[in-house]
Amino acid sequence: MAEMHRLRIRVNGEDHELYVKPKTLLVEVIRDHLGLTGTKRGCNSGACGACTVILNGMAVKSCSVLALQADGGEVLTVEGLAKGAELHPLQRSFLDHGAYQCGFCTPGMLMSAKALLDENPKPTKEEIKEGIHGNLCRCTGYNSIIRAIAAVAEGKYEEAER
Amino acid sequence: MKYTVINHPLHNIDGVAKVTGRATYTFDVKLPGMLYGKVLRSPYPHARILHIDTSKAERLPGVKAVVTGKDTLGVKQGIWRRYPELCDEEILAREKVRYIGEPVAAVAAVDEDTAEEALDLIEVEYEPLPAVFDPMEAIKEGAPQIHEGVERNINVTRHIEWGNVDEAFKDADYIREDWFKCSGQAHVCMETHCAVSSYTPDGKLTVWTSTQSPYYIQVLLAWTLGLRENDVRVISRYVGGGFGSKFELDSAQFCSALLSMKLCRPVKIVLTREEEFTATKRRTPMYYHVRTGVKKDGRFVAREVRVFTDGGAYTSMGATALYLTGFFHSFPYKWPNYRYDGYRVYTNTMPSSAMRGFGAPQAIFVSESQIDMIAEELGIDPIEIRRINAMTPDYEIPGQATIRSCGLLECLDRIEEWIKSRGELPPNHGIGIAAYGFMSGGIFNWFNTPYAFSAAMVKINIDGKVDLYIGAQDVGQGSNTTLAMICAEELGVKLEDIRVHTADTDIAPVDLGAWGSRETLMAGNAVRMAAAEAKRQLLEFAAAQMMPNIVYDLDIKDRWVFNVARPERRISYFDVVKQAIRAKDGQPIIGRGYYTPHRKGMVSPAYSFGVQAVEAEVDPETGKIRLVNVVTAHDCGQVINPLGVHGQLEGAIAMAAGYGFTEDLPMEEGKILNPNLVDYKILRAGDMPETEVFEVETHEPEGPFGAKEAGEGLTNPTAGALANAVAKAVGVRIKDLPITSEKVLKALKAKKNKEEGR
Repeated sequence: MAEMHRLRIRVNGEDHELYVKPKTLLVEVIRDHLGLTGTKRGCNSGACGACTVILNGMAVKSCSVLALQADGGEVLTVEGLAKGAELHPLQRSFLDHGAYQCGFCTPGMLMSAKALLDENPKPTKEEIKEGIHGNLCRCTGYNSIIRAIAAVAEGKYEEAER
Repeated sequence: MKYTVINHPLHNIDGVAKVTGRATYTFDVKLPGMLYGKVLRSPYPHARILHIDTSKAERLPGVKAVVTGKDTLGVKQGIWRRYPELCDEEILAREKVRYIGEPVAAVAAVDEDTAEEALDLIEVEYEPLPAVFDPMEAIKEGAPQIHEGVERNINVTRHIEWGNVDEAFKDADYIREDWFKCSGQAHVCMETHCAVSSYTPDGKLTVWTSTQSPYYIQVLLAWTLGLRENDVRVISRYVGGGFGSKFELDSAQFCSALLSMKLCRPVKIVLTREEEFTATKRRTPMYYHVRTGVKKDGRFVAREVRVFTDGGAYTSMGATALYLTGFFHSFPYKWPNYRYDGYRVYTNTMPSSAMRGFGAPQAIFVSESQIDMIAEELGIDPIEIRRINAMTPDYEIPGQATIRSCGLLECLDRIEEWIKSRGELPPNHGIGIAAYGFMSGGIFNWFNTPYAFSAAMVKINIDGKVDLYIGAQDVGQGSNTTLAMICAEELGVKLEDIRVHTADTDIAPVDLGAWGSRETLMAGNAVRMAAAEAKRQLLEFAAAQMMPNIVYDLDIKDRWVFNVARPERRISYFDVVKQAIRAKDGQPIIGRGYYTPHRKGMVSPAYSFGVQAVEAEVDPETGKIRLVNVVTAHDCGQVINPLGVHGQLEGAIAMAAGYGFTEDLPMEEGKILNPNLVDYKILRAGDMPETEVFEVETHEPEGPFGAKEAGEGLTNPTAGALANAVAKAVGVRIKDLPITSEKVLKALKAKKNKEEGR
């Protein structure tokens, strides 16, 4: 048995302390240890982006980050986007624009979009495309997702942001 | 507005679950005491299994069970159940493996790492056999025989013919003959194939799985495991994509169920992305030989087609693809004389099967490419040659099918207008077009179901909330929403009044599932019938209360029951429901509906149509293609769910453009060389063109509210339109898919050499 290491991590505003193996991945902590199954895995090689979460303000592919690399860090997953029953502007815009179909890539797509808008609140269309370049979607053809992100950037959902 | 629910852009009923991460896919299912399984797969394309020793694996701490073909009933299963000779696939091979990746054993252990480690400890002794990888080789005399008794590896043949082709060719002013090659394609569902099976000591098996048809999986598991059909429960609430890859029995389902039956514990198997690429199914690669005769004014006279498809190791759904490619190769035109001969040939490669479009994207790529070549040589405009041969409403394809609604001519007009509006194009840009059609559900019953193809039940509760029970399967295409909208419209309530129960064989009525673009029309008709039946019961009570003149009709719209002739005379739907249930001695209102096509020809009850224009830019230095615009004029009958239709369209463009120029499954000796998402290139956000759609609305008499399919057909035109765009842009014609930059560059060089040599 590999030696277990202590991991302290804040996920969606809640502090957790747990013990993990050195090779445990961040996505495994999120999904298997904490039970936050909104974050998906599509390839385990950092190629599809289904596991994207925000770590210390940056969008990362949580299948390519060791849990211990995130020690002391702050993680936001799709479950942390809405405040109670009040959906995040991106979530509302995704609904209005039909920017999801099977929904498997959606959590990762939302987190990439949020990280993009946090850093660059008024992205151009090209910058939006660049921002979700690492997230594969086989259903939508992306354009509805691009429109949904652009609508939030244009301030169409501001009243909900407060 | 004629309708209060349909044709309105409403949120998907499962949208909130999906954007909040609450949607629980099979991939997320975790049961108490659950074990994890892994599958051992053949490294050989063709080999006899001499001996399997599992003892070392069984002794590894943490391993709970190992199974091989010896632990099975040895059932050769398949989805063409009506034809036993086409049921040729054991999920765990007992004697022989026929492709790299074929399952030979499976392990259940306390975690995935242990299961993976145990695979290395299973010793399989193989006797490698000569293998063959290309259908044109496999069909030759003396090629290695892949299935005993199958001469020249010919798995299935299909013949379609009408008119007198040989005579007609004598009347042609111009005859053209070409070979084309269509590649395979991986489905690339974001959720890989997976299953959680739980067998309990009372003899019941429950399987959570990612599937397009819970009913098919229920039947196939019962058959292969020797269980009673309704002792198997299949649950598939959220599915991370299907695209044709998830309606046959797969190794995750079968192996997890077999292991669970041995252990009476839940077992979960999730295929890795590499297994997904190498050991599931794929779009069928095809060789096409087409001979076409036309008059000099462009009228089509006759066409003769021979197709050889690379079937891979097993039949799977490939027999249907073989038929449909031959049928849709004639679309969407009035061929007076047509003859198709198709041969599906076994090879030692991953089985080929259904994928969105089901043989038609290949057919349309070939046909639309050749039509453009003919138009160019005869000096006819590409729109015009299509217009003079286009299918029109109520056209009968001799002996095959009758087209009812058809908006093809209007689609051609809209695309012609758009092309004109583009004016003069920048250098190295070209616009190519392709016309297409597709079916709204198949009439075939190769599965041999004794049930109706679709069924529905509507139950109205005391507060007016409606429970809609359907077996139709939502795999992301949005059928739950579309069918709930049909239910709400027919019943006269709002979408939020409908609660859908589906994706569970213990609860839902039988439906054949989500394939062949069948749900909107077939399940839609069943839902509408059930809702109409429930509404009729409500109106009986309303009539007793409102006492209209007998010659007047009552109806319900937007939660009001009203006199159709005098809509201001109305009472609340909610009040009628309360009174009706009280009057029925407390029974809820229940309506039932079903749909099976009868006397609708050989193929489908209805057909969608469309025309697509692709504007592409080709870099003459590198051969690299960039998609600029993809514009589609589309006839799917009455639009039910506009957001859904638009999503299907844009998604189809991404997938079909990938088929056209970026996606390929190159193999070496049967081994797929790019089984990962870095080397297998699906389109990313930055690769997408601008997309525009013109909805050409028709009314389909056979469809619910006049609707027909809007799912797979949209995958058909893009590769052909792209090939035509490349030809227009830089003057080279690529006849084998995908249209890679290497092929374009090579063709440009050859063209240059030829021009200089002249």
